[in-house]
Amino acid sequence: MTDTTPKPQPISQPESDRYWEGLKNEEIWLQRSKATGKYQFYPRTFSISDPETGSDGIEWVRASGKAELYTFAIVHVAPHMGFVGDVPYITALVQLEEDVIVPTNIVGVTPEPDALQIGMSLKAVFEHNEGGQTLLKFRPA
Amino acid sequence: MPNIQKLQNLSGQAHIVGVGESNKLGKVPEKSPLAHHSEAALNALDDAGMQLSDVDALFTAGWSTLDVAEYLGIQPRYTDSTSVGGSSFVIHVAHALAAIAAGYCEVALITHGQSGRSDRAPIPRNPGTPMAQYEAPYGIIGPPVSYAMAARRYMYQYGEDRTRQAMAEIAVSTRKWANLNPMAYFYDKPTTFDEYHNSKWVAWPLHLLDCCLVTDAGAAIVITTAERARDAKNGSVKILGAGEGHDHSGISQMPDLTQAFGTYTGPQALEMAGVSHADIDLAMVYDSFTYTVLVSLENLGFCGPGEGPDFVASQRTAPGGEFPLNTNGGGLSYTHPGMYGIFTVVEAARQLRGQAGERQLDNCDVAVAHGTGGLLSSTGTIVLGAN
Repeated sequence: MTDTTPKPQPISQPESDRYWEGLKNEEIWLQRSKATGKYQFYPRTFSISDPETGSDGIEWVRASGKAELYTFAIVHVAPHMGFVGDVPYITALVQLEEDVIVPTNIVGVTPEPDALQIGMSLKAVFEHNEGGQTLLKFRPA
Repeated sequence: MPNIQKLQNLSGQAHIVGVGESNKLGKVPEKSPLAHHSEAALNALDDAGMQLSDVDALFTAGWSTLDVAEYLGIQPRYTDSTSVGGSSFVIHVAHALAAIAAGYCEVALITHGQSGRSDRAPIPRNPGTPMAQYEAPYGIIGPPVSYAMAARRYMYQYGEDRTRQAMAEIAVSTRKWANLNPMAYFYDKPTTFDEYHNSKWVAWPLHLLDCCLVTDAGAAIVITTAERARDAKNGSVKILGAGEGHDHSGISQMPDLTQAFGTYTGPQALEMAGVSHADIDLAMVYDSFTYTVLVSLENLGFCGPGEGPDFVASQRTAPGGEFPLNTNGGGLSYTHPGMYGIFTVVEAARQLRGQAGERQLDNCDVAVAHGTGGLLSSTGTIVLGAN
């Protein structure tokens, strides 16, 4: 067992470059359908709420970073060697103000069930890592 | 949308005539995954009174049929590597029914083999998937983390204490069935509610005893026409109904964490089979986690949303209970190499043919086998009937 195994890093795809580049600047950019007004996560080459208009039917909009806790888990057995030094850690699905669900970690709170309430208000934290990537995490607002 | 009338015409046109496991399940470092495929295939064919040379269609998941057929030394004329997680093999049963009815083949072989515990060459994950891009960097990797988040949401919606009690009931009742199955990993090891509640956290709210085993194992199924099934050495089982589908891959894209796709595949399979819930004598419900069973019973319509805890209360699903569930001991206590779904069908066929040994049900005419794959992502439901 070693703590030195790197964590898996996001490999950005062409349609998600703008998302990951935005995080580096501490900005959350989401796609929104021009026709339906619906946001989507994750980025695609079209809106799944209005597929027929293709890439012309989407626009990029900056999100507020406000969110609510939708659900969470407290991971005690690391599922990957890169996380052995992190347990226990909190994984979560959070609902952004823009009504999309985003997978993330909750930080700045004790990893215990009673410290977290579903529906609690959260705000974005931008975690710049050694690999030059930025992850979008959340902490209690 | 599925055409139920056409599907009803398909009902019963193919039968399961052979089932088998690989020779040894559990910790089997001396066998490769393909060895588990081939041992199980030969055992299932022997059960059917058939030989490899009879097989003209091959179905598998996890591996490509290319590799499995080559290893077996067969040249299938119909091939299906549909691989949507552990439910795949249940889906293959439905595909085999359709292929046989359409005339593409006469003898379908479905194989599974996986060394979840001892594999010398585990298959790496594809780093290009959205799941790898958006979930893995946060340590949302592998089934326990995702199922834990789904279970937590269920607890929020329907009550934490009663959900916890239901998960314990499922863990304990399933172990009781395993204690009746000599092939089960925990055949000799009973458990208790205390042991459940005291077992370590894997990913809260999931205890270790909420989680399936990780084993080395294989299984296989032989399916043929209703006509050829009359010659089956050990009897046959009718394939009456089926449904399949999926609605996401990564857990963060699941439309509703308490509504897996069984919500659609369950009712379709029952309607195609022309049976109601009251007709089901045995439910084989993929138990990757206790939560998977709880939510699947609701999705399949055995009870309503949020009613699962009452449905499984007081060891109702244990040996001697009103609702026999996972009589082989399940993924929780019998075996779970990673893609367990095929074992739900193997056990259902054995119960319907009256060949389940000490755990044999008294009256078993109709069984449902329900596979869940990925991260509650895909489901395959089939209804099987005794002859």
